Amino acid sequence: MSYTAATVQLLSPEGTLVHSDASEQYLPYVDKLSDDALQEFHRHMVVMRRFDIEAANLQRQGQLALWVPSHGQEAAQVGSALAAKPQDHLFPSYREHVIALMRGVDPITILSMFRGLSHGGWDPKDHDNFHLYTLVIGSQTLHATGYAMGMNLEGRSGTGNPDTDAAVMVYFGDGSTSQGDVSEAMVFAASYQTPQVFFLQNNHWAISVPVSRQSRTPLYLRGEGFGIPSVQIDGNDVLASFAVSKANLDAARAGEGPRFIEALTYRMGAHTTSDDPSKYRENSELEFWAQRDPITRFDTYLRSRGASQAFFDDIAAEGDDLAADIRKRITELPVPATSTLFDHVYSDPHPVMDAQRAALADFEASFEEGN
Amino acid sequence: MTETMTMAKALNEGLRAAMGSDSKVLLMGEDIGPLGGVFRVTEGLQAEFGDKRVLDTPLAESGIVGTAIGLAMSGFRPVCEIQFDGFIFPGFDQITSQLAKLTARHEGTLQMPVVIRVPYGGHIGAVEHHQESPEAYFAHSAGLRLLSPATPHDAYWMIQEAITSNDPVMFFEPKSRYWQKGEVDRESAGIATHSSRVVRDGTEVTLVGHGAIVSMLLQAAELAAEEGTSVEVVDLRSLSPIDYDPIVASAQKTGRVVVVQEAPGNVSVGSEVAATVAERAFYSLEAPVLRVSGYDTPFPPAKLESVYLPSVDRILDAVDRALAY
Repeated sequence: MSYTAATVQLLSPEGTLVHSDASEQYLPYVDKLSDDALQEFHRHMVVMRRFDIEAANLQRQGQLALWVPSHGQEAAQVGSALAAKPQDHLFPSYREHVIALMRGVDPITILSMFRGLSHGGWDPKDHDNFHLYTLVIGSQTLHATGYAMGMNLEGRSGTGNPDTDAAVMVYFGDGSTSQGDVSEAMVFAASYQTPQVFFLQNNHWAISVPVSRQSRTPLYLRGEGFGIPSVQIDGNDVLASFAVSKANLDAARAGEGPRFIEALTYRMGAHTTSDDPSKYRENSELEFWAQRDPITRFDTYLRSRGASQAFFDDIAAEGDDLAADIRKRITELPVPATSTLFDHVYSDPHPVMDAQRAALADFEASFEEGN
Repeated sequence: MTETMTMAKALNEGLRAAMGSDSKVLLMGEDIGPLGGVFRVTEGLQAEFGDKRVLDTPLAESGIVGTAIGLAMSGFRPVCEIQFDGFIFPGFDQITSQLAKLTARHEGTLQMPVVIRVPYGGHIGAVEHHQESPEAYFAHSAGLRLLSPATPHDAYWMIQEAITSNDPVMFFEPKSRYWQKGEVDRESAGIATHSSRVVRDGTEVTLVGHGAIVSMLLQAAELAAEEGTSVEVVDLRSLSPIDYDPIVASAQKTGRVVVVQEAPGNVSVGSEVAATVAERAFYSLEAPVLRVSGYDTPFPPAKLESVYLPSVDRILDAVDRALAY
């Protein structure tokens, strides 16, 4: 598999801290963490996995048209998101459900997209600067870079004030690295020295195509090629994800320019519920990664630090409560009024929208009794 | 008080006025800084406003549009220059899948005040990809607005209208008209948003067009008048949305409409005008609405462009055909 001596890993798959040349500079970020803080990492990962399982179940029951599972990628997402400050702007692709929840997006809002009720619709300003999902692969990397260019122009980073200096973190996957937009985003980021971290979740599969078809070189070296300091981490190690993201976000906020993190992880499930991974990949590979599960190793680590069974019971119950809550609320979501078709196509008044809204209303009224 | 200037200068003055009145307006594109753009439309603006307001970008159209989207998300009003019409397609995905749809995706909480300036059209004898009229692709995309000025005065005001729009605007500049001079009144009240305009009154046939074609329509009308035919000319100015009332009123008056455009005719802005006039002025029409367009071929090598593009003769031929019904 893809790990090398340069891959930053702080917590081994056996749940013990790793002291190596690659890990030494990042361990201090972890040493500072209290048991409560570490348990918070675990809580997010466990509750997220329960949410993910429930959402997949809802799809199988016909309540969702589609689900995009994130099973296996919890550490990459939770660690990096906990490294971000509230003033940082996070641009997801479409699999970062746990980060959405952590930044205050109602889980039912995520599900409503996959039920066919919206295309997103939350306001990033009201959700800790967590931006909308972008389904065209890699497009969001340019939006993130443009946002970070704006931060530079407005002096929102690099002032030396840790309370206000901000950065952008953009999430994308191994498949997207073949898209021109991702390369262009790195060109612009390097040219304008944006306060930005590119966070690549290499989950090894772009639907049915392995990462080996996307790149002959380790993907973090792509970043280096654009002149962006880059690092590869064990993405199933939540401590590495946190510490390396924190170090790189700190650098970006301090005005040191863009950074690139490749998190090696694995998509344990299908690309989406429309997919059948048994047609293109071997069970042995799944087994390999199951041995490196992000939650199992952190469970072991927390128990070695003395976490109580009550803690683990509590977070399992929290996950079950969340699952029950979304199961209940999903069927209560209303279908939007037909007139909303026209409401937000433009911000300023638009005669075609007005005419078509009126025409649809007249057409619908023609079916009412008496017409 | 009016001043005489070229359309390129009028656009330059319009951009300067917009940048002066709103510090969030910034320009971005290829070669728009010290060079002032390949058509010099941004000449002197980087020297005046600095390189944080006028950004020479890497050579990547998707990158320009995609980062302009991010800049708009962070509160700026970017004005992008695409160097030539035929180079817009690397940015097509960001324009149609992202820029056009982001406001709807955000259910109205995000505005996308981005202007994309596109020097478009033929008549300049250039190589492939430098003479095209791609406006129909964008008129077909919900969420975008399209403007195209025909005179220096309109260019001065319409570029400012585009920049103050809270929606994305594709701004098609007729590059063959960049160096024609005209009167610009900088103290007029501006131009009503998305308004077409009757630029010559007539009674027998209506000619409709936009951009560089408008001056050709006026020439055709002049020649027709010498032969005793009274021709009315309407300048669309806005290609999306289209202000139909003046066009329909003209059709009801003359009963004959010819739509003229440089773009290929198949599934074009002219097709849409023809269909709408047929719907709204059916009982007034004495002849079917005719179109004079570029042929449905790739834009040819320059020595054949005069054959490909609408000409005064082809327009007058269509006028004759309309009158023959």
